[in-house]
Amino acid sequence: MAVQHTAPAESARASLFYDPKIRGIFFQLLLIAALIFFGYQIVTNTVANLERQNIASGFAFLDTTAGFGIIQSLIEYSEESSYGRGLVVGFLNTLLVAFIGIILATVLGFVIGIARLSQNWVISRIAYVYIEIIRNIPLLLQIFFWYFAVLRAVPNPRDSIELPGSIFVNNRGVFAPRPVFESGSGLAGIALLVAIAAVFFIKNWAHRRQETTGQQFPVFWTAVGLIVGLPLIGLIVTGFPVGVDYPALKGFNFVGGVKVTPEFMALLLALSIYTASFIAEIVRAGILAVSHGQTEAAHALGIRNGPTLRLVIIPQAMRVIIPPLTSQYLNLTKNSSLAVAIAYPDLVSVGGTILNQTGQAIEIIGIWMVVYLSLSLLTSAFMNWYNQRMALVER
Amino acid sequence: MSTTDYAYVRTEMADEVPPPASEVGVLGWLHKNLFSSWSNTLLTLIGIYIVWLLVPPVIEFAFVNAVWTGENREACLAPPDSNVHMGACWAYVKAYLPQFIYGRYPDAERWRVNLVFFLFAIGLVPMLMPRVPFKRANIIYMLGAFPVVGFILLTGGDFDLSGFVFSESTASFWIEYLILTVVLAGVAFGIAKAGATDPKPMVISVLAGMAVIAAVLFLVSVDFGLAVVETEVWGGLLVTLVIAITGIVASLPLGIAFALGRRSKLPIIRLVSIIFIEFWRGVPLITVLFMSSVMLPLFLPEGVTFDKLLRALIGVALFAAAYMAEVVRGGLQAIPKGQYEGAQALGLGYWKMMGLIVLPQALKLVIPGIVNTFIGLFKDTTLVLIIGLFDLLGQVQSSYTDPTWSTPTQSHTGYMFAALVFWVFCFSMSRYSIYMEKRLHTGHRR
Repeated sequence: MAVQHTAPAESARASLFYDPKIRGIFFQLLLIAALIFFGYQIVTNTVANLERQNIASGFAFLDTTAGFGIIQSLIEYSEESSYGRGLVVGFLNTLLVAFIGIILATVLGFVIGIARLSQNWVISRIAYVYIEIIRNIPLLLQIFFWYFAVLRAVPNPRDSIELPGSIFVNNRGVFAPRPVFESGSGLAGIALLVAIAAVFFIKNWAHRRQETTGQQFPVFWTAVGLIVGLPLIGLIVTGFPVGVDYPALKGFNFVGGVKVTPEFMALLLALSIYTASFIAEIVRAGILAVSHGQTEAAHALGIRNGPTLRLVIIPQAMRVIIPPLTSQYLNLTKNSSLAVAIAYPDLVSVGGTILNQTGQAIEIIGIWMVVYLSLSLLTSAFMNWYNQRMALVER
Repeated sequence: MSTTDYAYVRTEMADEVPPPASEVGVLGWLHKNLFSSWSNTLLTLIGIYIVWLLVPPVIEFAFVNAVWTGENREACLAPPDSNVHMGACWAYVKAYLPQFIYGRYPDAERWRVNLVFFLFAIGLVPMLMPRVPFKRANIIYMLGAFPVVGFILLTGGDFDLSGFVFSESTASFWIEYLILTVVLAGVAFGIAKAGATDPKPMVISVLAGMAVIAAVLFLVSVDFGLAVVETEVWGGLLVTLVIAITGIVASLPLGIAFALGRRSKLPIIRLVSIIFIEFWRGVPLITVLFMSSVMLPLFLPEGVTFDKLLRALIGVALFAAAYMAEVVRGGLQAIPKGQYEGAQALGLGYWKMMGLIVLPQALKLVIPGIVNTFIGLFKDTTLVLIIGLFDLLGQVQSSYTDPTWSTPTQSHTGYMFAALVFWVFCFSMSRYSIYMEKRLHTGHRR
């Protein structure tokens, strides 16, 4: 006999409140109400505060003349340029240091990560000590160390350290010769482009040939030969229309050549050395994640050590490595904002100067946030795409 | 059938021959790990060369040529017309040590900082040792009693409640607080009635909560006779630890809340959590600190001001919370669906399911990630020097302006000292996390 369960009479009244759906809606409405109230408070307070301080909001200040100099800029900039152009200069400087930093950190990180796994005891110990020391010391401290203790401590321009190839190091920066391309060197440039295109074509062709016939083609050495050779031929044909602009000591400082500021050097060194220690751990974890059976299977197939690493281990390890590597790249880009501490003119540093001059706090901080957020989102979008391409294709 | 006596089969064991000398002992180890092949030997030599390049100069600088005692810069300067390279000037660190620890905290009041350090240590040490009993009391001490006592000791207490929110005088504040309590208890009573449950426990928990807050407010407002020390004069290790510990304590529950929010089925709560997390994770900490130091005052009504240190604390805590949320979310995702379903099948509600079943397992899984976030936060405290607070690194940096100790080796020595302090803290945190990870690694051991 089935027993019919009858609910007590009161719970019919209570059921509305205990219905998870209705409760969910209630709490969400509560959250929205709280957020709206919060937002309203912030906006009214801000408007009142700005009025009291006589600060006009809006982005009109971007067209005003900046009136301050910037020690390093990729585009033309002078004290007469506008605040907006100053911010662009800062943004480009951020991109520059982040881009070179990412390349250096990746190379160094991979080398140290692989060294950490080396059979050689000395090498793996050195890598271990490097990682444990560098990643447990604050980045800002490292930037200060490179800037104030190392690069500021080198001699002044009169007693510059001269390195081979007319490179001068002093406390104003590093000065190196700069190639000057005169008319006629365009041919060499075209030759370089042709060489790159040819390499792509040869790579595809070699791949197809190996698929069908099994024969291999020395793609790498051909590529090196083409990329070095063709422009060289171009230069020889046109009779070397390339001059060199050597740095020379004039008065108190060097003139000519390429100048790398100590601020840039310090930031770049600190960022890439610091981030490399994290990348090394990521690489190590990635390689360890590939099971040893893969190596053994490759050896059983008669593949030698080098190709095993290149064709079997690394491609599989990359799947594990890429997601955390992406976040390290993002961290490096965001950490480049520490430039403000040593006055390397990046986005935050230039923005801070403008903020102090104009008092447009909300606009400047808004620009920072938008720029960094979109950099973050762009990088993660690109990396997600790459990650999907590399991901294991399962049934 | 007959057994044939094969003369060429041995009947007794051969004597054991010792392994070749190149395979055992020091020699074997050396051969296997350092000189197994030509390339390996070359790597070893390169490695030894790198060590030889780096280690002797550092040791020479830090110990051999170092100056340990002295009154001023004269002691650390190389004698004129000599090519002697002077080493680290530890005498300068010794002279500046009080500043590095307390900042400009008044000399007469430094015992209070020491007392807070001591109270913190006696709470922390037994909490970190798994075998010590009374964990619950310990946690109540660390999260309840210590923060209040530490706050009163460091700031001096004696807060004026009349400036608080709406009230004009202390008496009116307490009257308003009483009214608020009664209203809240009434609301709780109403909700319980509407839910047709016994209103008693709900009202009692509201009253108890309000009583605890009242006790804290009362303690903070009492004049214990301690001199008030403004946060502007705090500095050095004190500020570093205050920011790091407050950030760690605040970011964990906040992070868990946002992680749960991001995994919630309620769309608006999920959306708000995602926006919050992605926003803070997408911007550098410096802009957050600028925001909290420049923009936050604009958001507040006229007349309400926040302490500079408190503003930095809010920024750091929110920033760390977003990172913590992602770490915790990773743990939540790693818990198999069966655990959620099992908890629901037992009739547990959402909070009980999360609190008793899912979170304990999830948090255990992500201990390395949590500690990594803590270490990151500890290192990031150095950034407050950019908005004008003097943490340990800020104190070291500002000590360079003092001509009494200005020598060519001063900055190297200062950075070495600061690096050592930070390194000891971060390295011990990471070692402890490895230890805890091993200890808690019970369920998944194979």
